[in-house]
Amino acid sequence: MEPRPRSFYVLTGFFILFLLFLYGPTITIGILSFQGENGGLTFPMRGVSLYWFKDLFEQQAVGDIWGSFRRSFVLGLMVMVTTVVVSVMGGLAFRKRFPGSGILFYLIITSLVIPSILISLGVGLMFSQTGLTVHWSTSGFGAQLTWTLPFGLLIMFAVFNRFDKSYEEAARDLGASPWQTIRHVVLPIIAPSLIGVALFGFTLSYDEFARTLLTAGSYNTLPLEIYGMTTNVTSPVLYALGTLTTVFSLVIIGVFLALALVSNRRRAKAGTDAGKGLV
Amino acid sequence: MPPEGARPSLPLLTGSPMNKLRENNALKGWMMLSPLALVLLAFLVTPIIMITVVSFWRATEFSIIPAFVWENYDFLFGSPVTYTVFFNTFKYALITWAATFVIGFTVAYYLAFHIRTQTWQIALFLLCTIPFWTSNIIRMISWIPFLGRNGIANSALISWGVIDEPVEWLLFSDFAVILAFVHLYTLFMVVPIFNTMMRIDRSLIEAARDAGANGIQILWNVILPLTKPGIMIGTIFVVTLVMGDFITVRFMSGSQSANVGRLISNDIALLQYPSASATAIVLLLTVLIVIGILLRFVDIRKEL
Repeated sequence: MEPRPRSFYVLTGFFILFLLFLYGPTITIGILSFQGENGGLTFPMRGVSLYWFKDLFEQQAVGDIWGSFRRSFVLGLMVMVTTVVVSVMGGLAFRKRFPGSGILFYLIITSLVIPSILISLGVGLMFSQTGLTVHWSTSGFGAQLTWTLPFGLLIMFAVFNRFDKSYEEAARDLGASPWQTIRHVVLPIIAPSLIGVALFGFTLSYDEFARTLLTAGSYNTLPLEIYGMTTNVTSPVLYALGTLTTVFSLVIIGVFLALALVSNRRRAKAGTDAGKGLV
Repeated sequence: MPPEGARPSLPLLTGSPMNKLRENNALKGWMMLSPLALVLLAFLVTPIIMITVVSFWRATEFSIIPAFVWENYDFLFGSPVTYTVFFNTFKYALITWAATFVIGFTVAYYLAFHIRTQTWQIALFLLCTIPFWTSNIIRMISWIPFLGRNGIANSALISWGVIDEPVEWLLFSDFAVILAFVHLYTLFMVVPIFNTMMRIDRSLIEAARDAGANGIQILWNVILPLTKPGIMIGTIFVVTLVMGDFITVRFMSGSQSANVGRLISNDIALLQYPSASATAIVLLLTVLIVIGILLRFVDIRKEL
């Protein structure tokens, strides 16, 4: 191998600084959440304790943290499943151009770039003017889909742009029906990408704030609850909650990445070069 | 997207069967897309129509009344605050764009051209994207111990002797707002730029080197032009996210600065929905014009 140029070391330094910038603050509040009982929002640490975590589990002075966590989790799963199903169907359909597909494509882009507060305001108004009550599982669910679906579809477009059509043609030549082709050829090949779509669907929903703000109704989701806390809680209990949700997110990400790895391995083990164009 | 009718068996069908096939395609396509179309119709198109309609309504202190008046727009364009706030919004977008572009391009360039094995490339790329899947609000909160009056930044600067007493403008200032934007949104630059860079044919770079170009010339004359589509997609993400934001500005400026999003959310808090709607429509048009200009430089569908 040729020796590394000097620029490599400069850029490595830059990259490490970038990672510090990305992770540093989160790690800091991770440390500060173990602040002693008399500690404040900044260093120095006044002892090390689990006091603030215990505080989180015991008293509920403000709001309903665990209820909001449950709601966010359920909503995340709902959004995840819907995003995967709708994105796969959309990805398959968008492979052919047909009258109207262009308009729908631009709607997807609009859904992605529209300022989130417009969705919040618009859905809120729509519900209040038609006499419906906003609820996280109806209006909140729909509002979040306008954020997760574009991501899911963009991933599916990228996947199908790299998809080798000859596999499908081979299946068809062997007499597979359209459904059999999708079920036994297309879906197994794109499976690892579907795990990616699911990860986006769940985490984007679980952390969504702006589009849920006016559409969740009287029962808060977790990000709304945390935002409410920032205005009236000034103790490290905020950090403890932040650390717990971040750890939860990391576990979810880890599970999805492990699933993707396993499904990639399984595909490789099946012995074909199917999906090589996917990477 | 591949063009339709590329299969060799199709030319055999002529006349009306061909048309039927095309109709059939459209029907099947719309059936597959109906869930997507329904969601977008219900939660994107109808809300936008609703906001447009309400922007012409009248408001009293307690309720909103259907009407067709221009007073919300008149008030919006007649108030000097509007122009300051729009100027602020563009300022945030421009500065954040410049910072995320420089950082994002450098990081993507390092990952794409200086990391030699694919395993490491994927691992480091994932390391860059993981924060994207965690909560934005928590990531904003996590700047408090750094930037506060007694925070890490101030203590460090004092102990190094750079300053004598804590500086006040670190937290709750425009500086904090832009820092948070860059922290939250640089990933949106890294990902598309990295994606386009990975597709650059490496033989082009070898050819440039053989022709006597040095590293900087290759970067400027070969890599940068070929990366343009990725830069444009990243730009669209960052600019729209910053222009539509209301929560970062509120939280990081300690309610001392305003952008258009905050103007809207303040009106909403006061239940002034018609006025909020008018501002929202103007913001939407502004964002769409900016996107329209950016889309002239890139075909998104081709670049995925």
